[in-house]
Amino acid sequence: MTKKNFSLLSHRAGAAFLAPAAALVGVFVLLPFFWVIVVSFTNRTLLGKTALNPDFVGLQNYIQLFDPTTFFTRGQFGFSLILTTQFVLLSALVGQALLGLLLAWLMQTIPPALKRIVETAVIAAWILPEVVIGFAWFAFLDYDNGTLNMILRGLGLPAGDFLLQQPFWVIVIFNTWRGAAFSMMLFNSAFASIPPSYFQAADVAGASSWQKFRDIGLPLIRGHVVTDLILITMWTFNVFTPFILTNGGPSYRTELLSIYNYRIAFREFDFGKGAAVGVIIMLINLVFALIYLSFGRKKAKAVEE
Amino acid sequence: MRLSFPQLVARIGFSALAAIIGILFALPLIWFIFAPFNARAELGIAIPDPWTLKNFMTVFGNGFAMRGLLNSLIQSVGGVILVAAAATLAAYALSRSSIPGKGMITYVLLLFSSVVSGTAAMVPIFLIISSVGLMDTHIAVILVFAGGLLPTAMFILRDFIDGIPRTYEESAMVAGASPVQAFFDVALPVIRPGIVVVVVWAFVNIWGSFLIPFILLRSDDLMPSSVAIYSFYSEAGTPIVTLLAAYSLIYSLPVVALYLFVSWKFGFRFFGGIKA
Repeated sequence: MTKKNFSLLSHRAGAAFLAPAAALVGVFVLLPFFWVIVVSFTNRTLLGKTALNPDFVGLQNYIQLFDPTTFFTRGQFGFSLILTTQFVLLSALVGQALLGLLLAWLMQTIPPALKRIVETAVIAAWILPEVVIGFAWFAFLDYDNGTLNMILRGLGLPAGDFLLQQPFWVIVIFNTWRGAAFSMMLFNSAFASIPPSYFQAADVAGASSWQKFRDIGLPLIRGHVVTDLILITMWTFNVFTPFILTNGGPSYRTELLSIYNYRIAFREFDFGKGAAVGVIIMLINLVFALIYLSFGRKKAKAVEE
Repeated sequence: MRLSFPQLVARIGFSALAAIIGILFALPLIWFIFAPFNARAELGIAIPDPWTLKNFMTVFGNGFAMRGLLNSLIQSVGGVILVAAAATLAAYALSRSSIPGKGMITYVLLLFSSVVSGTAAMVPIFLIISSVGLMDTHIAVILVFAGGLLPTAMFILRDFIDGIPRTYEESAMVAGASPVQAFFDVALPVIRPGIVVVVVWAFVNIWGSFLIPFILLRSDDLMPSSVAIYSFYSEAGTPIVTLLAAYSLIYSLPVVALYLFVSWKFGFRFFGGIKA
């Protein structure tokens, strides 16, 4: 036995150590992936006779989803897909990433006491349980007594019943608010890894904050920016939390793909069609995940051996 | 270093901007801070006058509400124990044994765990749980959470264990310990801080989660707080705001406490980045 091959655990012991995790991951992560594909080719329902003896229906569920005559209709698959795309672009890529970047950059210069207070507020929005956040926003947006309308009236601006009038913008702002903490913390630690001497040299040369950001900060954290964008895109694409605030309504205007999937499968009990939606969501996730993993490959390689 | 005049202006401007953003972030939460202590709480913000703990007494006297907290505790602790135990064993094997394809296993796990998530996974998981007859049980919720959280937990722990020199266990084995003894008596105590991180992370995830129990449970007796909270409505269908607010605060406390614990003990830094 050479020193290099000396391993602390025999193959058998290693396999035994892996077994419990392998069983759980196998049943609840790997199996669902393949099962959802199988179910998507059937007319399985939760109730009725097709619950136990579903028929194979081929691509029928998929053909229904991509039916061009209903594709863009509210409450249909296509509408949810487009809505979700807009939601991801606006709340994750624009909202969370830009706000996170701005906050992280501001944190570099403001007094420590103020920094702690602002960070606490931003992180609280992210750390509290989703139902609690849901109720807090419900109260915040209430037409008669809500904080937002109180402020608007105080400023002499017209109050609004935003959950009814602008539901899509509400969930966009809600998700930006809820998730900006992650980007802020990621960019914070990215900025912290830049040697301070770079900025000191720029100070001596009389660079403005914007010049330092553009010419030193941003180029040096490019890798973190890509990581952040992929992660928040994936999470926002799958997020279910807006359901707590709007239930997907009014009249399907906030029915993101995850909420649409929930309605088809667990309210209309059409498991076959729900599974087909699930397959499409997972395929889109797969693309994001592959991009992320191939990007993070260098890091993963270092972990391997 | 003395600041020049433009630098001073920039710094004041930045501070003002940061303060404004901070206030915007805090606004939706202000109601949640005041309402629990206000006996006549409504959806509007009002400074409690007088401050009272009456709402909390009502919550503590409400059997259903307390049952919800207990259910949350059962599901979270059950899930955490399963995740921590299985992840520690598996991560140790991935780090220390020479099982072929370890790198590939880690890669595939990470890939699948981010692909199989949310409502898309709920349809097949619902079918799996119902076909093994576990529908509407605590154990179903615990198993599903454990399965979903394990890949990330294994990844965090493997990273951690890889950073520990193998010489610890090697010297124990030279002294005659079996590999299993070396794991339990030598490695485990060294890995403990990594396990604590995984435990806190898994607990916060399960405690705050709504979707999985919402789909897998039917009986009122089993609902965790995240679902039970929706029962605080009057018969007319309007929310009983005083109860909701006080209950929300109680329900949030463990998460806030764990967050403070982690940031005190480890520095929050980047551990928090893996909340999702």
